[in-house]
Amino acid sequence: MTKQVKQLDRVIIRFAGDSGDGMQLTGDRFTQETASFGNDLSTLPNFPAEIRAPAGTLPGVSSFQLHFADHDIMTPGDAPNVLVAMNPAALKANVDDLPGGATVIVNTDEFTKRALAKVGYDSDPLTDGSLAEFKVSPVPLTSMTVQALADFDISKKDAQRAKNMFALGLLSWMYNRPTEGTLGFLKSKFAGKPEILAANLAAFQAGWNFGETTEDFAVSYEIKPAALPPGTYRNITGNLAVSYGLIAGSRLSGLPLFLGSYPITPASDILHELSKHKRMGVRTFQAEDEIAGVGAALGAAFGGSLGVTTTSGPGMVLKAETLGLAVMTELPLLVIDVQRAGPSTGMPTKTEQADLLMAMFGRNGESPVPVLAPRSPSDCFDIAIEATRIATKYRTPVIVLSDGYLANGSEPWRIPDVSELPDLSVEFTTEPNGDDGEFLPYRRDPETLARPWAVPGTPGLEHRIGGIEKGDGTGNISYSPANHDLMVRSRQAKIDGIARDIPELEVDDPTGDARVLVLGWGGTYGSIGAGVRRVRRAGGKVAQAHLRHLNPFPANLGEVLGSYDRVLVPEINLGQLALLLRGRFLVDVISYTKVRGLPFKAEELAGVVQEVIDRV
Amino acid sequence: MKDFKSDQEVRWCPGCGDYAILAAFQGFLPELGVPRENIVIVSGIGCSSRFPYYLSTYGMHSIHGRAPAIATGLAASRPDLSVWVITGDGDGLSIGGNHLIHALRRNVNINVLLFNNRIYGLTKGQYSPTSEAGKITKSSPMGSLDTPFNPVSLALGAEAGFVARTIDSDRQHLTSVLRAAADHEGASFVEIYQNCPIFNDDAFEPLKDPAERDMRLLRMEHGEPLRVGADRGVVMGDYGELKVADIAEVGEDALVRHDAHRADPGYAFALSRMDYPAFEHVPIGVFRDTSRPTYDELMAEQLGGAESRGGAEELASLLAGGDTWTVR
Repeated sequence: MTKQVKQLDRVIIRFAGDSGDGMQLTGDRFTQETASFGNDLSTLPNFPAEIRAPAGTLPGVSSFQLHFADHDIMTPGDAPNVLVAMNPAALKANVDDLPGGATVIVNTDEFTKRALAKVGYDSDPLTDGSLAEFKVSPVPLTSMTVQALADFDISKKDAQRAKNMFALGLLSWMYNRPTEGTLGFLKSKFAGKPEILAANLAAFQAGWNFGETTEDFAVSYEIKPAALPPGTYRNITGNLAVSYGLIAGSRLSGLPLFLGSYPITPASDILHELSKHKRMGVRTFQAEDEIAGVGAALGAAFGGSLGVTTTSGPGMVLKAETLGLAVMTELPLLVIDVQRAGPSTGMPTKTEQADLLMAMFGRNGESPVPVLAPRSPSDCFDIAIEATRIATKYRTPVIVLSDGYLANGSEPWRIPDVSELPDLSVEFTTEPNGDDGEFLPYRRDPETLARPWAVPGTPGLEHRIGGIEKGDGTGNISYSPANHDLMVRSRQAKIDGIARDIPELEVDDPTGDARVLVLGWGGTYGSIGAGVRRVRRAGGKVAQAHLRHLNPFPANLGEVLGSYDRVLVPEINLGQLALLLRGRFLVDVISYTKVRGLPFKAEELAGVVQEVIDRV
Repeated sequence: MKDFKSDQEVRWCPGCGDYAILAAFQGFLPELGVPRENIVIVSGIGCSSRFPYYLSTYGMHSIHGRAPAIATGLAASRPDLSVWVITGDGDGLSIGGNHLIHALRRNVNINVLLFNNRIYGLTKGQYSPTSEAGKITKSSPMGSLDTPFNPVSLALGAEAGFVARTIDSDRQHLTSVLRAAADHEGASFVEIYQNCPIFNDDAFEPLKDPAERDMRLLRMEHGEPLRVGADRGVVMGDYGELKVADIAEVGEDALVRHDAHRADPGYAFALSRMDYPAFEHVPIGVFRDTSRPTYDELMAEQLGGAESRGGAEELASLLAGGDTWTVR
């Protein structure tokens, strides 16, 4: 039977099921298939903090959303065109996000009276008409998988567990995905368990065959590869990109990488990834706590390593004191904060960008620290290199504000040519710098205001540093009023001066006469960009700019802000950048905020932007 | 140049035990045979933590309690350095207790010198985690309620491979313990009884008074019988506990011969409990000196000599790993 193939330009699919149903794996495999096909894509994993919440309950629902297209896209999409719901809980938790006409593929085997009652369905939504506005495809996923695996020597439980592969096979058929990658992945994952491997391969194939033969699925879809700039690509998450960026930073600077870290969601994957690369000279130290993680990184920096610590909000709080010591001792140190919803434990697996003011000011005394924020998963690579550059050149701790959305979300990344990456070579001080042949550990470079970095093991440059105020030049303990005033101002001037060494803020304003500017920072870049596109398509004029450097700001920021009638600042916090802009530039920006633990929707931002335009 | 004095003026209270420890340490460093540029002193906060400023080596006067963590990063990334942590009973056992025990169990190649004066000095006289229960101080006018730590017991419980105790006023003994600590590969922990003349004067007087000290001090020498004065010695009880007995009664052969190299820490722990109550018998010297691979060595092994390897190709192949596709 030859089925109809329909051309689409983009699709948003959401896989949803129990935490134990393997939805993250299913989504990830579908993403890899899609990436290798050459579509542009963006993903949004969304999962509970509990490892296994009670089966069949709403809090236990785990989902993975993927947006893929034949053109460049900026977000994981607002609303799914297709929902795969593995049980009633998955349907209930996600159905409100579906637009009319969406396709819903449900695993009917799980729609038992008991399972329905567990999530508060009084009647079966598959039969009571409540899903009338959707195209519902009921598929007995579990029983068909078990049936397909009847001849295998595996337990019923293992057979049922393979139902995610059946679903993946079906969806792979529907969207004409290349399957070699998934087959290869399964072969290596289950290399030691031949029966389980055979069962998963068979389940995947059964799902594919079901799509091809059943009358229920009359159409399959084709989404042509996107016309991305030439190059070799891979799909990459923010956490993986940070890890690679740190390794690259270490190689480019010639400094061995030392990571001191304590496990915390959603940053742990950076620790896991870097721990794999000991053979590249990467030292990873799983510390007894967050404080020891940053302490060890600073100790390693004193010894001449590229010291790094990775964490999330609650860990940042604990590291504050050591960051102050790094400010005082003027040593390079990278602090990666993968922000999550707070305060306190907050919502560990949900995203937010509410650590900005803590990064700026969360230390005692005048304690300036450069702050950077990546704008997309792949930008995490470039930001890690930029953080390395600033930290080593200016001898300062640098905070990178990633977030849970960037960390786990993925997109295609054009793999850079290593020879195009910047040279960040660091030269340690090896000779005395004083006028009388002595070593002055706090005599500053006149241009960067950085102090010399002389590492232990260098004869003749023995010196003592620490957290007590340093005398200018000598670094000896000093309580002199004039010296303290000088040192506080010098440390501030050093960080402020970095503004001369970073790119100016670029404004995207295609018509050149927009009167409204949308200014964002960090992980909201994609949503804002997609919202702005919608407005422009509808004929609206709007300019967009996005900050990657939060401290210091790009030198032209004040000028940019002053050239628009209104400036809209969307943030996933209660207006932290807006507060900084108002305070620094006396510009009455419009703050638009939402803190739902999820990225902005493009549609929503388009509406907000349009409203501002209409009022100008 | 054999002098390890820095150009900074030493500023402790007159009569502080820290002077004696500093003098012994400065006197000992030349015999360590390590060039001064390869020695790093890391300290936390407190009177003792001023130490790095007074030595002409590399040093970091860090933040309260965190010196073992900072030293861990330094030692693990620079196995060529001789790293010393200077801490006190408040710094090392209270705010920094967690870092101390973990550095010891990991067996990072550092030497920890804990100056125990059983009081907070720099903050002017509050009771510390080693102050005796019932201690009257500014923050405990009716007597402190805390049971004190025994630093040696704590270090042994934290799997320390080298644990010793010495006294600020006995320079010869202090120097011999420093020597043994430096010779030990891996984490070494040395408790130094140190007198604070301002807030806890004479805390260790029973161990210093010539009339009394020989009845109380138990000088441990590996392979030698444990003696207290001329007539008494240490015997083992039914449950492995140690007690002092008259040699005339139990006979010379019944005395326990000190064995610092026992793999099982039970014996060293029993020794550490002999000072209760109130310094009745105080073992000084090396409680335990055993060896196991150090954290730095194990880490270097996992790196597999990676530091000398690798170039642009290696980075390029890392970045291009995984599933890739090409757009032309």
